[in-house]
Amino acid sequence: MASREVVETRVLGVARVLWLAFVLVACVLPLFYMLLLSVRPLQAVLQDPLGLPSLGELNLAAYRRVVASPDDGGYGLLSFFGNSLLVALGSVVATVLLSVLGAYAATRLRFPGKNVVNVSFFAVYMFPGIVMAIPLFVLFSRLGLRGELPALIVIYLASTVPVSVYMLRNYFRSIPQGLEDAAMVDGCNRAQVIVRIVLPLAMPAIAATSLYVFMIAWNEYLFALLFLLERRDNWTVSLGLAQLDDISVSATVLMAGSVLLTLPVVALFFAAERLLVEGLTAGAEKG
Amino acid sequence: MPVAVSLRAREARAGLALVSPTVLIVLLVVVLPFLWTIVMSFQRLRLIDLQNVFDITLTLRNFQTVLGSADLWEMVRTTLVYSIGGTVLSVGAGLATALALRHRFPGRMIIRAFVLVPYVIPVVSAALVWRTLLNPQFGPVNVFGVDVLGWDRPVGFLSERFHRVELFGAGFDVPIALLTVIAFEAWKTFPLAFLFILARLQGLPRDLEEAARVDGATPLQRFRYVVAPQLSGVIALLVLLRFIWTFQNFNDVYLLTRGAAGTEVVAVQVYQYLVSRNDVGGAAALGLLMSVVLIIAFAVYYRYGVLKQESEV
Repeated sequence: MASREVVETRVLGVARVLWLAFVLVACVLPLFYMLLLSVRPLQAVLQDPLGLPSLGELNLAAYRRVVASPDDGGYGLLSFFGNSLLVALGSVVATVLLSVLGAYAATRLRFPGKNVVNVSFFAVYMFPGIVMAIPLFVLFSRLGLRGELPALIVIYLASTVPVSVYMLRNYFRSIPQGLEDAAMVDGCNRAQVIVRIVLPLAMPAIAATSLYVFMIAWNEYLFALLFLLERRDNWTVSLGLAQLDDISVSATVLMAGSVLLTLPVVALFFAAERLLVEGLTAGAEKG
Repeated sequence: MPVAVSLRAREARAGLALVSPTVLIVLLVVVLPFLWTIVMSFQRLRLIDLQNVFDITLTLRNFQTVLGSADLWEMVRTTLVYSIGGTVLSVGAGLATALALRHRFPGRMIIRAFVLVPYVIPVVSAALVWRTLLNPQFGPVNVFGVDVLGWDRPVGFLSERFHRVELFGAGFDVPIALLTVIAFEAWKTFPLAFLFILARLQGLPRDLEEAARVDGATPLQRFRYVVAPQLSGVIALLVLLRFIWTFQNFNDVYLLTRGAAGTEVVAVQVYQYLVSRNDVGGAAALGLLMSVVLIIAFAVYYRYGVLKQESEV
């Protein structure tokens, strides 16, 4: 009589394993293929697309090609890393600074208009980037700022600050207020409380937020395309690589470039995966 | 004088001071530009003659251009199929994966980390590797299909509008490029749905399910009557967020197909108005219409209270 329970448990058990296998293959295989193709010569790929490469044919020629400067017959991807790094780190510093202050105010202080601020942040979070792009494109064209990296930082700041405030706010709530009150009683002012009490305690959340902002800024494509296209010396890696696809560069070189673009983000992600996951989903278990 | 200022007033002042840089930047970069978009959508504005920015002659021409364009309905249909398909697949795959990884087993955390990879990698890399995998000449998917599965010819996953598929003697025209960009969207975003649903699942009290099991409910019944109702809040929120983001998605479609082969969604068309046709007014009008759809989606959700519990968090 255990039939239905047993049958369902078995069928679901098999389905679960099959689904997990499918998901894992779908998530890992493209990355693996990217890596594989980047170290094979194009000729070998064209002759035997499905075959595993022999050890002898592996080489780093595609990497040399994609990073070398155009004068040396390469595609100059290396020179874009500085721009990407500058934009990403600039966005991280600016966003974290603003969102620590905003999140602290949103959790600890009562002020008029607080709810309006909270709700409008949620709306900004979902606002279409392409719509925001139109007036900014016109504005920066008029001001002659199109092509400048700081303009990009300001945009990334505005688009990541709502989520950052949200992530930090959830964390600040878990810090007992008593600590801050005690510090106040002992004569700290508000700024000292934030710097000496809140910041050290919130380090994990700040790290998670920084990582989130870094990834968004490093991976971003639309605004880089709209704002930087005419200034090749200011291209980010994402933009530079996407532009290579337009001039029919060989697949192995494209994959080498993709590996270089992906590597920093994946490395950071695996280094701090726990932090990021907890930061992003904090509060979700209540929903 | 300082004595007269109450603690409460000082707190309010400090709160406003701390939150003002954030509010200011959001106001300057998001809110004011949006208001300006509304104005621009009623102006005749081309990128070449930007001095017209201050010309306040208002006109409905942009809306006439946008709404009168021959491929309007095709674009609306494509965008809706893309956003609804992408949303359903993304949240569905996220739910299935969260349920499969719900209980502890060795290697679970490693699998969780790998599942998140499509979500964290740069969209440019992801699109390039998909384009290479699906390449009709040497892409392993097509080579495998032709050599092993016996397809007649390679499939142009990203270049064919329709692909004829014979199944049980009947022929179907499958919108292959559109389905591929939907699959890409689902692949890239299901990890986020997975994360949120998993977090919620792990917060569920165990005793309800245990009681249902003791009462003889089978696994499917326990899911249907005990687990699913408790997930409905987070799933509704994810459906809203995913719909809104997929509806406005530009990167994925543009990088995969440039909007060709029946994949021209509204965001790509806004870009085309802005950059290829230099028609700022047209872009603003279309962008405004697009925002209206999103605001309606948001309002419907708000009306039915899905977001209320979330905003109270």
